[in-house]
Formats: sequence, C-alpha cells, structure tokens
Amino acid sequence: MFSLSHITDLVNAWLYQQFPPTLALLLQFVIVGILVITLFSILGLVLIMMERRVAAWMQLRLGPNRVGPRGMFQTVADTVKLIMKEGMTPNGADKLMFNLAPYIVMMVSMVIMAPLMFADGFQIWDINIGVFFITAISSVSVIGILMAGWASNNKYSLLGAMRSGAQIVSYELSAGLSIITIVILTGSLQVSEIIAAQQTGWWIFKGHIPVLISFVIFIIAVTAETNRAPFDLAEAESELTAGFHTEYSGMKFALFFLAEYVNIFVVCAIGATLFLGGWMPFHIGSWESFNHIMDYIPSSVWFFGKTFFLIFVIMWFRWTFPRLRIDQLLNLEWKYLLPISMFNLILVTLMAIMGWHF
Amino acid sequence: MFLKEYIKDVWGAISSLLKGMKLTGYYFMHHNKEAITEQYPDNRKTLKMADRFRGEVVMPHDENNEHACTGCTACELACPNGTIKIITKMEPTPEGKKKKAIDTFVYRLELCTMCNLCVEACPTGAIKMDQTFEHSVFDRRLLTKKLNKPDSKVREGVE
Amino acid sequence: MFEEVASTEQGDLVINIGPQHPATHGVLHLVITLNGETVKKVEPHLGYIHRSIEKMCESLSYRQFIYVTSRMDYLSSHINNHGCAMLVEKALQIEIPSRAQYIRVIMDELTRLASHQLWWGAMAMDIGALTPFFLAFREREMITDIMEETCGARLTMNYMVPGGIMYDIHPDFCKKVKEFIKHFRSKIDEYDELLTGNIIFQNRMKGIGILSKEDAISYGCSGPTARASGVSCDVRKIYPYEIYDQLKFDEVLATEGDSFARYQVRLVEMHQSMNIIEQLIDNIPEGEIQAKTKAVLKLPKGEFYTRIETARGEFGIYVVSEGGTTPYRIKFRSPGFSNLSALDHIVRGHKIGDMVAIMGTLDLVIPDIDR
Repeated sequence: MFSLSHITDLVNAWLYQQFPPTLALLLQFVIVGILVITLFSILGLVLIMMERRVAAWMQLRLGPNRVGPRGMFQTVADTVKLIMKEGMTPNGADKLMFNLAPYIVMMVSMVIMAPLMFADGFQIWDINIGVFFITAISSVSVIGILMAGWASNNKYSLLGAMRSGAQIVSYELSAGLSIITIVILTGSLQVSEIIAAQQTGWWIFKGHIPVLISFVIFIIAVTAETNRAPFDLAEAESELTAGFHTEYSGMKFALFFLAEYVNIFVVCAIGATLFLGGWMPFHIGSWESFNHIMDYIPSSVWFFGKTFFLIFVIMWFRWTFPRLRIDQLLNLEWKYLLPISMFNLILVTLMAIMGWHF
Repeated sequence: MFLKEYIKDVWGAISSLLKGMKLTGYYFMHHNKEAITEQYPDNRKTLKMADRFRGEVVMPHDENNEHACTGCTACELACPNGTIKIITKMEPTPEGKKKKAIDTFVYRLELCTMCNLCVEACPTGAIKMDQTFEHSVFDRRLLTKKLNKPDSKVREGVE
Repeated sequence: MFEEVASTEQGDLVINIGPQHPATHGVLHLVITLNGETVKKVEPHLGYIHRSIEKMCESLSYRQFIYVTSRMDYLSSHINNHGCAMLVEKALQIEIPSRAQYIRVIMDELTRLASHQLWWGAMAMDIGALTPFFLAFREREMITDIMEETCGARLTMNYMVPGGIMYDIHPDFCKKVKEFIKHFRSKIDEYDELLTGNIIFQNRMKGIGILSKEDAISYGCSGPTARASGVSCDVRKIYPYEIYDQLKFDEVLATEGDSFARYQVRLVEMHQSMNIIEQLIDNIPEGEIQAKTKAVLKLPKGEFYTRIETARGEFGIYVVSEGGTTPYRIKFRSPGFSNLSALDHIVRGHKIGDMVAIMGTLDLVIPDIDR
C-alpha cells in the first residue's frame, strides 16, 4: 500500500542533511505549524459551508447560492466580513482574560491535532500516549470558555460558561470511558498502533455489541463536549442569546466559531480512528479481490471520508432535535451514560480477557 | 423487572429519536424535490401575484387619457389614515356652467395600509388596487404620488 | 392562592430577557430574578410596542376601525376583524346573508390553522429545534396563498366589513382549500414524528409549567391555554356566533395543565379546524355576500360587547357609543394579556430553559398584549 511516510522521511532526511540538527528541528516546527494553520482555516471554511448546506437541505431550503458557483465562496466572504469588523472589548470586561480566551480555545483545538493520523504515515507526532494526550488536552478548552464567560462581565455569558463548564466536565467521563474500551482491546495508547490493530477489521465490527454501545456513547458525549445541539446549552440561542460569546465580535468571535468546528473535526477524527479504523480501508475477511480494490483508494480519502461521515451525523443531530434542559443534561450523563459505560467497560474487559472478539 | 423496564425506556427513547432523524434524513436526501425556497429577485419574470393582491392604489386611464374620478372625495372620507387628499377645481362645462372637477389626486403611499376601503367607497370605480409591490425608493418624496395623469379628464357620462 | 411577592435578595441574579431577545418573539421585556438557574420571579414589562390602538379607534368610523384590529393579534387578524364586524352588526341589528356567514367561518378556521402552525414552529424554535419552523411555514404558506388570492393580502386582510364580507371568494378557493386540507392531513403526522414523540421534547414538556384549573380561571386565561387546564371556555361552544351552533366539532379539553397539554390541545385543535372546514367547504350557499347597510354607520347610544374565539383565546370588543359615527370609548380584551399574567405564577421554581418553553406554549403575540 502506498504510504506517505516515504515523503515525510525524505523531507526529514533532507532537512537534517542541509542544516544543523537544531535548525532542522526548528524548520520542521515551522512547516508543521504552517500546515496545521492551513488545515485549520480550510477546515473552518469547509465545515461551516457543509453545516449550512446540510441545515438548508434538511429544512427544505437551498442554502447559500449567491457568492461564487453554487455559493461555494460564501464562507470566504463571511470570513472577510468578520476580519473587517471591529473586535470590541466591553468596558467592564477583564481586558486580558477577554482577549486571551479565544486564543486558548483555538490553541487547544490545534494542539489536539498533533497525534491524529491523517493518512498512512502522515502524522505530526506519534506520541506513545496519543489517546491519553487527546483526552487530557481537550479538557483544557473548558478553561477558555469559562474565561470568556467570566471576563465578559455579562450575565448571559456567565450563565453560558457555567453551563458549559458543568457539561464538559461531566461528559468527559463517558467520552473517556468509551475511549478506554478501545484501549483495552488494543492494549496500546498509541494512535498508530490502534489503527494497526484494525488491519483485519474495524473495531466497531470486531468488537460487536460492547464496542457498538461505546461508539454510541462516544458520539453522544462528544456532541455534548463540543457544545453542539441538542446539548448546545452553553450558547442556547433562545435562552441566553449567544451564551459565552455574547460579547465577542469580529475576528475574536470567529475564532470561537472556528474552534467549535475544528473541535468537531478533531473529535470525529478520533471517533473514526478508534472505532472505524482511521485510514484503514474497509476489508471483508477473505474477499481478496474486494480487499484489493479497497486498497487502491488512498488512505487519506478513507480517513477524511469516515471523519466527514461522523461530522454529518453530528450535524444531523443538530438539525433534528430540540435542546435538553441543564438538569436533564446532567441526569443523562450521570444516570444513564456513566452507568452504561461503566458496565460496558466490564463487558469489554471480560471480552478482551476471554478473547470473544474477532 | 427493573432492568427490563430500564432497557425498554432506553430503547423507546432511541427509537423516538431515530424517527425524527429519519424524517430530516428524508428531506436531506430529497432536497431537490422538497425545497420550497422562492428565489425572489431571480423569479421576477415568472412571478405572478394574485389578481386581487393589494399593492398600491392606482387610477386607470383609458386611451383618451380619461379617468372616472369626479372628485367626490368619498375615498378621502373612507380612508382611515389620511392617505388620500383630493384637490378639486371648478371647470367650465360646454354649457357655460361651472362644474366641480378633480385637479390633483394626491396619494401618499407611505401612509397607505392597503385596506381597500377607498376602492369600496368609490361610487364610479375610478380607483383600483394594483399588484405591484416593489415600492422601495431612495427619496421619501417619491412616495407621494399624483394619481391623475396630466391633462386627463373625466370620462363622458360619469357622474 | 397567590404567592408572596418574591423579594430580590443578595446573590440573586437579575436578568433582562428582552426587549430584544430571541425568546420573546417581539418586544416583550421580562425582568427575571434567578437563583442559579432557577427562576424566582418574572416581571413582564410592557409598553415597547404600545400604539394606542384603542385611542386611535375613537377617531375612526365604524367601517374604518376594523382594519386597525388586524394589527393587534396579527396571526388571527381575520378573527379580530370578524369580531369587530360582528359588534357593529349586533348593534345595528343587521342580518348577514348565510353565504357570508359560511365564508367568514371558513376564513376564521383557516386563520386559526395558520396561527397554530406558526405557533408550532416558533415553539419548537424556543426549545432549540430549528427544522420544525420550516415545516410549519411550508404548510402555512399554502394558507397565506389562499388568503392572498381571495382577500388580497397575506397577513392583514381586512376582509370582513359590517354586513358581510368585502368581496366574493375566488373561483379557485374551494378547490385550493380542499387541496390544502388533503395535503395538511398527510403532513401533520410529520409534526408528531419530528417533535411530539421525541423523548427530549416530551421530557421538556411533561409536568412543566402546570397551571391548575382554579388558577387558569382566576388569572382570566382563555383559549387553548385555559382549555389545557380543563376550563371549558371555547366561545364557539358557549356563545355560538355565526353558524358555529350548527357545526359538529369538539371543544378540545385536557386536564393536566402542563406544557405538553397546551401543546396537544393546539395540535388537536388543528384537526378540529380542518373538520369544520370540511363540513362547510362543499355547502357554501349561493346568494348575497353583503347585507344592505347605510353608507355612514351610526351606532345607537349605549354600550356593546362582543366576544369571539381567536387562535389565542377570547377576544372581546367593548364599545361605548354616544350615537355618533365614531365610538366614544373602545376597549379590547385581548387574550394574550391575560395569558401572560399567568406566566409568573407558572414558571416559578422552573429552570430558565423551561421559562422559554412555557412562554412558547402560552403562544404570546406581543402586539396583542400591548396594544
């Protein structure tokens, strides 16, 4: 199978040949930084466009169709508008915190990209505690949201931030527990090894019922963690106008907005990596010719295809369901999802010990 | 059985959610057929307003530049918000008598609520409602309209 | 029965919902005192859209003042106009032709359907579901098209005049109404699929915002809001006007009084309205559409009151006449005002998200509350 690791190794070798090691490492940082920022902005544009299109089609509308062919450049135009706008800081706000918060939220979602494997052999940092790193870093984003809500000096923002804090902290538990089920089955925290373990079949097929349960729980938990409807209480348009980013405008608002979408991408990428085999093509047991055709599809297409499918599912939720109330939200986590995932964890452990999976 | 009830509850909840997702999923897949958006400025050519749609008050003139308004001010009295102002003048008839005739029919579109009471009140059918609805202008003065055309006359036989 | 006036203590959060807020559907201003997320009290502040319609009507003649009332509860403008026209007819003892009566009732029920459809979409939006709004507007669009074709306007029709209706129905009217009912009967199931059966929706609605029968009566609630609490208050049944006494339809009643009951009462009312229209649409008698009236209407000296069932409840018109061409004093009893007054009572102790949902089920139209 074609692997992008040839290219990355080539670049790596060339850099170390041309420059002293320290400079080469720094140059690699720069290249990676540029790539991540590019990916970040492209993802923002594509995902916002996708969200609007999905929303429109589900709501019997056409969606953006004015700027560019079939409205493709609508998000670009929106971004330009947001850049041109004045980024106001309210008088009573804590200036430092207020201006820092969007950057923290955005940086968190950038850093989580590090252990993601975008294609075969294309990864920023194959850290051996990859999955743990992701869960650890993603919990930092709540600090950015709390900062934004607190520093805005606005009651809506405060309520939104507090809701968001309670929500993210609780839902991290079941997201973490459902990630652990895969870690138990694989026996490794490293992203590349988790994917390699799915060579013979994706975990969602290999691990049957328990993995399916943890997959459903994972999807629900990450929907809540990214503050998406039906768990969008932190923004809750009809209750708190815009929640924690009520006071933000211009590019600072856009950073929150972008970070939300990139977060969705990241959590869906994690879901695709853990449950749907990352860049691994779809293989069926002994159908050699079928498997061979599947191998011809590039690994990055597999990865992005799976990720965007999960993103679509999460968007589908958003445009179908009404919003939960805050106490129902916490009830759902502590009374349903957590016990179920605890029970599921035991089941998976049993399964891993007895070797009941395929 | 507690556990059975619990599982039944969870399953009922999930299936109710799936039902809704099925509907939105259907609309997503059939968006071409189901979309109801009217692309208004693009469909101007094919857009047809209902015959009775009340857009603005107009005074139809025939080919001889004649209208049916006698200047009786019934519409002005019927109007609830002072949209219409009729300025009359005395015009000599061929018999040498003087007869009241309309000088200017002032219609202030910005005050009009399209309630149709003036059209109902008109005894001679001189005014009617038109189907135009694109009334926005840059100068507010353009909304004060003079409905009778210059040098127009009352049609013969209209009393 | 009335709670003590909750006082604002130190540590309470006082929040202004409105006058510009996505949840209030207009310029209603609510000052809510919160204890954490729990609502301690709600104070509605009115006056942001006060246009002094009652005072305005005192300078308008009995033909003219009808059109103003469609600016109050703009979602049931037909019914408001109908009530005013009925008052004038009652005072002058004008018998209106039966064709006009049939058409009036059909129009009223179409308006009620359109209003309930919009309510359904807007309420869904209040609790965070955005797609139902568009589904509701798809069906409502058909009604407004029918209205536009026959009455000449989509929202403020001014179709009712003292003595009948302004002009005859459009030739396509009956066909289109039948088409609409066929279409809507097939689509109303989607409403249930998308929202009514949804577990999140049911949890948000059931047992929330309970308005007891006694409270509903003492706050003067009317319409679906009161009927969901078990108060039989449908003006169409109690004081039948036009031809409602000859029609077969049920007064929709529920006993729970919670948000879900209010929701269901309105949904079933949509079915009832369709039944009423189906009974009438094939039997519109031929004949005159307007009774002969004088050009200038003068009401005899005295006081007159008429009530009519709008989509939101009982709409009353009270006119004091000195015998002139204009009313001496006019007073509207709008259903939204009384329904809003119960808000503080029923949201106390609920979460802020529930307050928005309860406001959605009360079906408030702000220009109706604040005339």
